[in-house]
Formats: sequence, C-alpha cells, structure tokens
Amino acid sequence: MKILLFRRLTQILILVAFIVSNHYGLKLLLGDLSASSLFGAITFADPFALLQLILAGASVGMSVIIGAVIVAILYAVIAPRAFCAWVCPVNLFTDMAAKLREKLGFNKDAKLLNLPKNTRYYLLLAILVFSALLSLPVFESVSFVGMVQRGIIYLDIFVLAAIFVIIVFDMFVLPRGICGYICPLGAFYALLSKFSLIRISHDLSKCNKCAKCLKACPEPQVLSMVGHKSGFVTNSECISCGRCIDVCNDDAMKFSIRNLKEER
Amino acid sequence: MQNRREVLKFGLKAVALAAAGSFVWTKAVKADKLVLLRPPGAKNESEFLASCIRCGLCVEACPFDTLKLATLSSGVANGTPHFTPRETPCKLCEDIPCVVACPTNALDKILVSTNGELDINKARMGVAMIDTHSCIAYWGIRCDACYRDCPLIDKALKLEYRRNERTAKHAFLLPVVDMDVCTGCGVCERVCITQNPAIKIMPRDIVMGSVDQNYVKGWVEGDEKRLEGVDTNIKLDINKAKDYLNDGEL
Ligand code: SF4
Ligand code: SF4
Ligand code: SF4
Ligand code: SF4
Ligand code: SF4
Repeated sequence: MKILLFRRLTQILILVAFIVSNHYGLKLLLGDLSASSLFGAITFADPFALLQLILAGASVGMSVIIGAVIVAILYAVIAPRAFCAWVCPVNLFTDMAAKLREKLGFNKDAKLLNLPKNTRYYLLLAILVFSALLSLPVFESVSFVGMVQRGIIYLDIFVLAAIFVIIVFDMFVLPRGICGYICPLGAFYALLSKFSLIRISHDLSKCNKCAKCLKACPEPQVLSMVGHKSGFVTNSECISCGRCIDVCNDDAMKFSIRNLKEER
Repeated sequence: MQNRREVLKFGLKAVALAAAGSFVWTKAVKADKLVLLRPPGAKNESEFLASCIRCGLCVEACPFDTLKLATLSSGVANGTPHFTPRETPCKLCEDIPCVVACPTNALDKILVSTNGELDINKARMGVAMIDTHSCIAYWGIRCDACYRDCPLIDKALKLEYRRNERTAKHAFLLPVVDMDVCTGCGVCERVCITQNPAIKIMPRDIVMGSVDQNYVKGWVEGDEKRLEGVDTNIKLDINKAKDYLNDGEL
C-alpha cells in the first residue's frame, strides 16, 4: 500500500501545482503537461508532442526543444514508463476503473472488444506517419491524455464527461484497454525507457508462488519470470507502479538498480 | 437473488455504455464553431495548428483573461487558444505577454515586431467587418461607439461623413474600417450597441481576397515597380478566343 500512496500523492500534487500556479498567479509550474514553465525559468515539454510538431513541419523555438530533450532523458534513464504511473492523470481513472470492475463483479464478463497487445505500437507508428502527411500533430488533436490533463488543470467541467468515457471503456469494453492496448503515449514511453535503470527485481528464493503480483499488475506479461527465476523486469512495458511490491507478502519484489553490463 | 443481481449488473453496464457512447457521438458530430480567432502573432491557421503544443501558457499570460483554450467540441483544434471578442476583446498589450510566453513560436514574435521591437499594432488577429444593414449609423442614427473605442481610432476605424438625402438636413456619420490597419482586436465588436453586433471580427483569410500582380495603381507613386521582373509575355491562344466568341451561347 505504501508505494501506491506515494504514487497518488505525486500524481495529485503535480496537478495541484499546475492548478494553483495557473489560477492563483504563482510562478511555480505554469502551463500543462504538454509544455510548462517551472519557476517561470525552465521550460519542459512533452517529447512525443514535440516529435509530432516537428514531423508536421513546425519551426518551433529552441527552448521547447531543450525542454523536451530534458524530459525525454529523464524518463529514459529513470524507470520504465514512470510518466504513466507517477504523472499521467489518466492513470488515476484507469486504475479506478480496474478497481470498480473488480468490486462490482464485472471482472468475469467477456470483453466487448479484442485487440492485440501491439495495437498501441501500430497506432504510434501511424500517428508519426500521419503527422508528417497531414502537417498536423495527429495525436495531440484527439489525445485523451491531453483532454484529461488540460481539462483538470484548466478546470473545464467537460473533463468529467471524458473521464466517464474512459472509465466506462476500461470497465466494460476492454479491461485495462486505454493504458494497456491503445495509448500511443504509453507506447512511446515504453520504447523510450528500454534501457532505464530503476527496475523491479524478483527474488525467486523468497517467492511462494501465490501469484498475487500477477493479479495486481496492470501489464502482467512483464512478470513472466515470477516463480521461475530471479531477475529484473526487463520489459519496459512495466509502468513502474510498484503494485507488485505492495501486494507481495514475502518481500520477493523490490525496486533496484539494474546492471546493464551484467545482462549482456 | 443471484438473478436479480445479474440483471442489475447488466442494466448498469448498458446504461453506462449508452451514456458514454452517445457522449462521444454528439461530440464527434457537433462542432461549436468552425472558425476561431487566434491570439496576436499567430501564424496562419494551418501552420498554427501544426506548431501549437496546446500548453495554455499564452492563456495564462494574458492579464485580461481574453484567451481561452478550445474545448473538446472544436475538433482538431481542441486545446488551442482563441478568443471571443464579444465577451473579452484583446487589449493590445504593448509587451504582448501571450506571444512572449509561447514556447513553440506558434505565436511568432517576428510577426508582431518592427525592427526587432515588439509592436502590437502589427497584430492581425482578424479584421472588423460592418454589416451596414444593422449598423444604426448607416440608418442615419447617431452612434459612433465602435469608432470612439477603437484603440487605433481614425486609423483602423474612421468616420465618413455623408449627406442624408432622406431628411435633407442631417449627416450620416459612418464607421469605415481600414483593413490595412485593423488589428482585429475586437474592441469594436465588444462595444457595438446593437443586440447582435453590427461590427464583427472575421478571420482575415476568409474575408480578404487578392489581386493579380498585373493590376497596378498608376496613381500611387512607385506601384509599377511591382512589374519589374514579372513575366508580362502573356501568350494568348487566338484560336481559342475565336472559338469562344463564335460559341453558340454568345
Ligand atoms: S498509457 Fe497513456 S493514458 Fe495510460 S498512464 Fe500511460 S500515458 Fe497515461
Ligand atoms: S495582447 Fe494582451 S490582451 Fe491581447 S491576447 Fe495578448 S495578452 Fe491578452
Ligand atoms: S503558448 Fe503557444 S503553444 Fe502554448 S497554447 Fe499558446 S499558442 Fe499554443
Ligand atoms: S478590431 Fe475594431 S477596435 Fe480593433 S483595431 Fe480593428 S476596428 Fe479598431
Ligand atoms: S457601435 Fe455598432 S451600431 Fe454603433 S456605429 Fe459601431 S457598428 Fe454601428
């Protein structure tokens, strides 16, 4: 439970920082998750959004390029998809949907839609190609991540409807559908953090094969080694949420620094 | 009991899916507005859409809360900044904070600068158009609200005096927009006294035409310079012209 608490705190505090800065004139963190200005001095930008802008042929300013590179490096070296579990507000609601699905007893219902796990990577590729072809940042034009984060940060009441649609989709259409199958931003971060350093590690000698971690994990395919061999979660589709650590009673899972040399 | 629970569950699921589905459907088919007026310094619409990262930093920077981010129902433009002059026009800040705040150059300083200095009067957010049917000044009634409040009074918005033949003793005081100077700030639209404003800001690319290079204003000194280097050797196909003249329709 401890990591989950930390995670929620980070996710919410970031949104609160944006809201108080934007609406009460503090110069803490202005803008939104697409691009922001920290203390009115440092610019951050969403590297995936910027990539689309550049492919669309925009001649953007230097500050935003540097800002996007900083963010990209940060996520590339820390943990896989740290954005998803620790920053993205959509995760708050897809997690809520998973919880509701279980609590209300819908978890045995058949899914209405069946998509291959790779859908998000195809979407990612299509977005990049079409951004260039249409001279338009294609994902930013329809991005549910953008809508939700902007809606919350700029206090637009319509965001509730978007959140409702996301929850309904994840509860009834395809469990864990948004973050696990569709979201191209999550796919982008998965590719970006292929070599990131902080990883979940599994200790077989402590594991009693209860499979609680597999049940709790939003991307269970990454835990394929659980119960078979010790080692790091090398698949960067792991969102580094630490749920597996929280639910394991035997201390068989923990965050540690991966040794890239030894893996070779 | 088990059965009742199942029915309830199914009902909840059906209602939720229908509600979510219809929301997405209505949003997909309905668009609030087809044209949006952009902040000062915005590049042309297609370039702007390609460059704006949708961060809202311009919206935040505007001290008058003029700018708003477009909502879900604005289609591909959702999340981009725009303003509605009738609600809050642009106050033409001299330091143009919205443009300075933009990290992506979607709002381009160069477009609102003269000799490297910010110059808000170069903003071309749109252009004011007067509906002479609804403007009461064109009826002969005295009203110059828009003219008085135009920040570029007598430059962007001028008064033209004309004799009122109907009464034969009054004058028309007619507001006239100079498209070359109007910034599209929308103050005139804001203050217009008619119920639905008789003067409105329209996007420039929709309103304005363009003239071929070969038309020269002979009375403007130096205008013929435009012809220098232009290929004036126009090849007319005489046979085609003959066919056209001999065509049965004429
Ligand atoms: S997968 Fe997409 S929506 Fe889900 S948490 Fe990651 S970025 Fe957010
Ligand atoms: S010029 Fe001033 S009033 Fe006009 S949009 Fe920019 S910040 Fe707002
Ligand atoms: S500051 Fe620039 S990039 Fe950000 S929303 Fe405004 S126009 Fe778009
Ligand atoms: S929009 Fe209206 S008020 Fe503004 S410069 Fe043009 S004519 Fe004047
Ligand atoms: S304020 Fe409206 S009605 Fe009055 S002169 Fe201007 S356009 Fe006409």
